[in-house]
Amino acid sequence: MRIMAQIAMVMNLDKCIGCHTCSVTCKQTWTNRPGVEYVWFNNVETRPGQGYPRRYEDQDRWRGGWTLNRKGKLELRAGGRLRKLLTIFANPIMPSIQDYYEPWTYDYENLTNAPLSSDIPVAPPRSLISGEPTKISWSANWDDSLGGDPSPDPVLAQVSDQVKLSFEEAFMFYLPRICEHCLNPSCVASCPSGALYKREEDGIVLVDQDRCRGWRMCVTGCPYKKMYFNHKTGKAEKCTFCYPRVEVGLPTVCSETCVGRLRYLGVLLYDADRVSAAASVPDERDLYEAQLDVFIDPDDPAVASADLPPDWVEAARRSPVYQLIKKYRIALPLHPEYRTLPMVWYVPPLSPVVDALAGTGHDGEDAVNLFAAIEALRIPVGYLAELFTAGDPAPVNTALRRLAAMRSYMRAVNLGEPHPVPPDAGLSEDELRDMYRLLALARYDERYVIPTAYGNPPGVVEEGVCSLDYDGGPGMQQPFGEASGRPVPVSIENFHGLKERQTSDEITHDRVNLLNWDGRGTPAGLFPPRRKKS
Amino acid sequence: MSWGESMLWIVAPYITIVIFVGGLIWRYRYDKFGWTTRSSQLYESRLLRVASPLFHYALLFVIVGHITGLLIPRNWMEAIGVSNHAYHVNALTWGGIAGLATLVAVGLLIYRRRTVGPVFLATTNNDKTMYAVLALAILSGVVTTVAGFVPSEVSYRTTVAPWFRGVLILQPDVTAMAHASGLYKVHTLIGMVLIVLFPFSRLVHALSAPLGYLFRPYIVYRRRPR
Repeated sequence: MRIMAQIAMVMNLDKCIGCHTCSVTCKQTWTNRPGVEYVWFNNVETRPGQGYPRRYEDQDRWRGGWTLNRKGKLELRAGGRLRKLLTIFANPIMPSIQDYYEPWTYDYENLTNAPLSSDIPVAPPRSLISGEPTKISWSANWDDSLGGDPSPDPVLAQVSDQVKLSFEEAFMFYLPRICEHCLNPSCVASCPSGALYKREEDGIVLVDQDRCRGWRMCVTGCPYKKMYFNHKTGKAEKCTFCYPRVEVGLPTVCSETCVGRLRYLGVLLYDADRVSAAASVPDERDLYEAQLDVFIDPDDPAVASADLPPDWVEAARRSPVYQLIKKYRIALPLHPEYRTLPMVWYVPPLSPVVDALAGTGHDGEDAVNLFAAIEALRIPVGYLAELFTAGDPAPVNTALRRLAAMRSYMRAVNLGEPHPVPPDAGLSEDELRDMYRLLALARYDERYVIPTAYGNPPGVVEEGVCSLDYDGGPGMQQPFGEASGRPVPVSIENFHGLKERQTSDEITHDRVNLLNWDGRGTPAGLFPPRRKKS
Repeated sequence: MSWGESMLWIVAPYITIVIFVGGLIWRYRYDKFGWTTRSSQLYESRLLRVASPLFHYALLFVIVGHITGLLIPRNWMEAIGVSNHAYHVNALTWGGIAGLATLVAVGLLIYRRRTVGPVFLATTNNDKTMYAVLALAILSGVVTTVAGFVPSEVSYRTTVAPWFRGVLILQPDVTAMAHASGLYKVHTLIGMVLIVLFPFSRLVHALSAPLGYLFRPYIVYRRRPR
């Protein structure tokens, strides 16, 4: 047994209102640069819907993730090592920019330069790819709130044709997506250069920008299509799980700014030796249980003897993510059938069932009604099962029943009923109350239980050495100008930036508005002034 | 041996080698981030899917051809029973096919680069220079291959090749090179320019051919040093 830790995320879909705040703040933080205009590390999709990039879940076409070969061994669906090298000169299966969308800007100058006329001048759209005038016809959330035709949804195609229409009328929810930071990441396995890696300490999957050579195999390898190609730098980029923030114990930007407070972050312990076995169980429907078995109870005596820092073990014991996933079993993985063992899980939405009940004049909060509705409204359950459990309705039913039980029990409690009886969903009264607390009331430090980076005291993060005068560092004279040489490690930059902000009283005169910065050059005030070496 | 000849065939090749090696070391140390294929597949993939594999595979044949032609002395070949005639028939057939394929492919690639708007926008001056020299090198190479149609005693096997091997063992044979025909000289000079450009252009991606991928475990883990 080899116990490793991972910072994982759970999103409670019942609370998502599809406001895209997570997407926008993420974009402002990470992808507001030229070359990644079309890239959304975090995007919010309307389900049913096509998704972003369009129909990315159609693995017959995009060939992402893993599959079992005839001998029952895991292999990359897009082909093995030799095939990757033989097709390296032009990746045969890679989404084009049109499968995402052609990013655009507006010709704002026209507003001031247009000659005098009786019509109000407009700012016409310009493609950011070709620079030509363009017609905006698609984007990352074009079919927002069923604004487009959801019938191309590959998941919908799995649910039988009969139910489609009623389903579309009755059921809609939002699905925020980030990189899954999988336990068995197929993007990492697809990278010919070995530039993609999974961090042993916290499981975050990152791209080494110095080693990436732009072969683009990771874009094909990721079944969630959360690997992106920066067309200006020629390198792969992906969601970083905001590692500079996580390392100092702060939640990711998408979590921090979520208005519904629906994201939970915490430590999950897992047995690294059992990952491959779990990813290669023969029946796709067993993948959910197999992945649950890989996770280790933080109170297991084996954890104490594992080589883990005490604050990480402590965080694992308080982990909200562990409780939602393994204790209450109300969080489910997204598309386990891709066999990557994803680590961003979802509490399926009960609200559409409640709404459907209330719409028919029934009491939508009553447990008996809700239980019956979960059974009767097979369509939502079927669809959710295709998303979260490779089509097995049982775990979805369990999760929804538990949510329904909590809803009805807590209503009885809040209405002051003398002896409220917990509905039969496999949870005790105390467990229902704890689950309610975690889902409805949990405060910041209960939703985000994040230990600081391995072996470091809180507030201090080191990358090798915490100094700027290492060989080739910014403390050294650059022989080929400001832009040459290695960039400052992010955590060093981050640490000094935070320290500067917290310890200096005066507001510097060189302030830079990051909203107006397009990523080119370094405007004055972007970084704190250099101190003279003493 | 005139001053010009010794400049061209003694000084220039060593300057080329120094710039090539030094440039690569500099580029690797100071520009790992810029070391990439800078693929334009995201913009356009229909033409690329034909032209790029054709170009690269044909180029691999061309490289093998250059190694056999330049590095293996004629008498070694004859010692293993390959006559001058048989050699030239082979060289012309395989070299001709590979060379023509490379030429067609580079033509397609340049056509694509010029006509597809986003690809052209992403083309830097550095790229343009590189493409010009690369196309010239391939064109002159194909011409010399075809010109070698008539096997003779003064083919590159007795002129360019001994000089090239001499450069590598620090005894450049200028007299041999002086007997080469003008076509070969032009091709050699363009080749040297291409080698000089190599470390400073997108050509460097050739050196990161990821052969290690065949041997490493699929999942890469990294741990911060403790």
